[in-house]
Amino acid sequence: MPQVIGVPREIFPGEKRVATVPDVVEKLIKLGFSVTVQSGAGESATIGDDAYRAAGATIVPDAASLWSGADIIFKVRAPSGDEVRLVREGQTLVSFFWPAQNPELLKLLAAKKATVLAMDSVPRMSRAQKLDALSSMANIGGYRAVIEAAHEFGRFFTGQITAAGKVPPAKVFIIGAGVAGLAAIGAASGLGAIVRANDTRPEVGDQIKSLGGEFIPVNYVEEGSGVGGYAKVMSEGFQKAQREVFAQQAKEVDIIITTALIPGKPAPKLITAEMVQSMKPGSVIVDMAAEQGGNCELTEPGKVVVKHGVTIIGYTDLPSRLPRQASNLYATNLWRLSEELCKAKDGRYVVNMDDDVIRGTTVVKDGVVTWPPPAPKLSAAPPAAAAAKPVVKSGSEKKGHGHGGGEPMSVGTTALVFGGAAVLFALVGLYAPPAFLGHFTVFVLACFVGYQVVWNVTPSLHTPLMSVTNAISSIIIIGALVQIAPPAIAAMVGENARPDDIIRWLAVVGIALTAVNMFGGFAVTRRMLSMFRK
Amino acid sequence: MSGSLTSVAYIGATILFILSLGGLSNPESSRRGNLYGMIGMGIAVLATVLGPRVSVGGLGWITAALVVGGAIGLYLARTVQMTQMPELVAFMHSLVGLVAVVVGYASFIDPTAATGMTSAEETIHRVEVYLGVLIGAVTLSGSVIAFGKLSGRIGGKPLLLPARHWLNLVLVVVMVVLGYKFLAADSIDVGLTPLIAMTVIALIFGMHLVLAIGGADMPVVVSMLNSYSGWAAAATGFMLSNDLLIVTGALVGSSGAILSYIMCRAMNRQFLSVIAGGFGGGVSGPASKAAGAAAPAGEVVAVSAVETAELLKEAGSVIIVPGYGMAVAQAQHTVYEITKLLREKGKNVRFAIHPVAGRMPGHMNVLLAEAKVPYDIVMEMDEINEDFPDTSVAMVIGANDIVNPSAEDDPTSPIAGMPVLEVWKAQTTIVMKRSMASGYAGVDNPLFYKENNRMLFGDAKKMLEEVLAALRA
Repeated sequence: MPQVIGVPREIFPGEKRVATVPDVVEKLIKLGFSVTVQSGAGESATIGDDAYRAAGATIVPDAASLWSGADIIFKVRAPSGDEVRLVREGQTLVSFFWPAQNPELLKLLAAKKATVLAMDSVPRMSRAQKLDALSSMANIGGYRAVIEAAHEFGRFFTGQITAAGKVPPAKVFIIGAGVAGLAAIGAASGLGAIVRANDTRPEVGDQIKSLGGEFIPVNYVEEGSGVGGYAKVMSEGFQKAQREVFAQQAKEVDIIITTALIPGKPAPKLITAEMVQSMKPGSVIVDMAAEQGGNCELTEPGKVVVKHGVTIIGYTDLPSRLPRQASNLYATNLWRLSEELCKAKDGRYVVNMDDDVIRGTTVVKDGVVTWPPPAPKLSAAPPAAAAAKPVVKSGSEKKGHGHGGGEPMSVGTTALVFGGAAVLFALVGLYAPPAFLGHFTVFVLACFVGYQVVWNVTPSLHTPLMSVTNAISSIIIIGALVQIAPPAIAAMVGENARPDDIIRWLAVVGIALTAVNMFGGFAVTRRMLSMFRK
Repeated sequence: MSGSLTSVAYIGATILFILSLGGLSNPESSRRGNLYGMIGMGIAVLATVLGPRVSVGGLGWITAALVVGGAIGLYLARTVQMTQMPELVAFMHSLVGLVAVVVGYASFIDPTAATGMTSAEETIHRVEVYLGVLIGAVTLSGSVIAFGKLSGRIGGKPLLLPARHWLNLVLVVVMVVLGYKFLAADSIDVGLTPLIAMTVIALIFGMHLVLAIGGADMPVVVSMLNSYSGWAAAATGFMLSNDLLIVTGALVGSSGAILSYIMCRAMNRQFLSVIAGGFGGGVSGPASKAAGAAAPAGEVVAVSAVETAELLKEAGSVIIVPGYGMAVAQAQHTVYEITKLLREKGKNVRFAIHPVAGRMPGHMNVLLAEAKVPYDIVMEMDEINEDFPDTSVAMVIGANDIVNPSAEDDPTSPIAGMPVLEVWKAQTTIVMKRSMASGYAGVDNPLFYKENNRMLFGDAKKMLEEVLAALRA
């Protein structure tokens, strides 16, 4: 029975994107899914119901029937309160989610026993690039930022000499050369502007040049690359040097586009009020970080304001302002994700938590919050196409059976083992007293438990395993403890008197020795384990 | 605290111990696992001390012994170097063995222990005492020898007495005979003589067992002794009718047994033949040298540290294969510096760990972790072996047998069939070694003569520091 993918109409005000497009509907159907789309879902992205129908999707009239009939929901924005109410147990939701900013929502969906795949949590790995919706949206945003700036800017971008006089080219300064920044550099230089760009990571200088920009470095030596290809928070000294560079640029350029974001933190304030004041009247600032508080002190998120003669654009919905393009790319990202989740092409999602990409993307699994995931395995910086492969393999092959008996024993050996065990057990049963049998049962069962548990230990932790089992074997201390001063039983006299002193000394020695082992063993294991860091 | 309450506490402790071992299935949960172990141990000790089998008079003694022993233990744990972990573990095993012996003796000379037992029960109790002491003594002397070998106080070459298998057999037979006498003894004094005699023989047996095993097999020995210390605890548990001891002992015992098995499989050896000893050189030495002399011939290309750095600079991807040589030279920090530098240059650097690299299971992982190498670039053999053909440079640091191609190519080789890291499939291999001497298995390594192989002779740490300097230049 193939699963049904449902695509509702986005209800967030101003949101024009839709989570799937007709081309992708066909591809999803090829993967074995059936697709339903809420009537009017693609309207604001200029995609009509008929186009979906022609691609093989079923159109349903309202949100309620769509949510109740679908196993998997594709959305753009995180679900709102009304939509959360519609989520069913066992349903899978795929959308932008921002789990760090929306812990409440995360809990709500976990309580609904749903599975949530957050498109903003796709790990930054080479293998995951094709489903990295953040990058595809940032790309659109960067392009749109330039278009918005051009719209507000009262002059040409390109320099011209005309009969009516000479037009100087516009100077654009772009802060942050991530995906969005690079897209903006490309778009602005395509329009003929002189483009300069700055980034805390020196290695992106070449990328800036390749798109026609000029790299404006901050002359202060500090490595700015953080985990997963993102920038990190810089030192005070660096920030001071950076502010000087920005202040200088603010005086010279006509347009500033800021894209500086640090994951999980408010956007850094890079453009101060004084810098805005120092800009030429008629200049434009596009603050792409407006949603996270803005890179410019004077930004008002979602609005266009004019301060000191400078237009400051704080739109938070830049990708949505290119709805057709954004929907196309986002839908393709979702389809790529579906390929990863449905390797068998049988129209069923398998959320394989051993796969790093899927592990990172999944924030709620069957009602259990699985966010945040363990740190990503590889930085996106090195060319890691080949490296991703073994990681996947280890995931799918290693788990489950541990490294234990891959191949079963031959029939003969098995028979021999079982025969031997039977004889042994028969002997024990015939001669042993009942008290012993109780202990014997416990012993045999414990051997099996140990066997099962230890096979799951990862080989890299074999040394800690040995030291912790060694520490645990200090349990022998109990033997010494019970001998040290047992409560007097029927006092024996004469020849049979208990040699208390000797036993006590033996026991004290025993306790002291095991204490060495116990404290030392646990402490050294702790020390070792604390070194195992990602 | 009543008897039932103690029993319940014991069940809790048992569960915590199982969770503790289970926690080690991945590094994320392992720290919690260790904590479970500590809590479990705390509960077990408290429950026993407050339970019905310890009277108030003993509390002072117990506290004093715990404080003294605990202080020593914590001191050791804090000061030990990570390269010395195998020694420490072996040393601690010997303590468990010693305690098993001590407890066994104490239990035997305690006339109240056997009070109210039927004759069959008393016989079983005697057997348990005897076995507990026996296993304890073997663990004790074996671990002491292992400690000596690992810390270099005793040479790594196996001691191979003539007819050593017969000698072992005779020792076992004598112990069985003594056991019979021990059971037949009608008073404690009479029984003490065979018990002491057996202890001495068991000590000799344990020593001989480990002395006969070569240096390369040490990971097996260490994990085997780990297993013994568990069985010793289990035997003590039977002796004292204490289920917690039995369960915990069995857990530890099976854990050690599995580790030994994994190590043996990693060397493609039978467990019994490792235990019987004599692999690491000695007898097999001459034979293999004869075979080895015929096989590899060709020129060894030596390179300097600077040239090595050049090779690394040009490489796109690098796999580092560390071995015991890295541990001996304490080179892990320098290795990490190089790794960091190469990774900053955008190269894909990973580590390949052979299961028996080093002197105890997981030894290399601990060393690399100490040097702060992130564990996600440290791969197991099975994970990474396929990637060598796509790798520009494979750098072997102080490892030999685990990268020996004759294990795959030459069926007459003593290490034939042992799974190895296929470094020679990389575009270039760089082997760091002190000299051309053979590894612990005493087998010549054709890898050194391969066309794409370069040798960097010298102390691993010194050489790596030079490489690092050249890379920075």
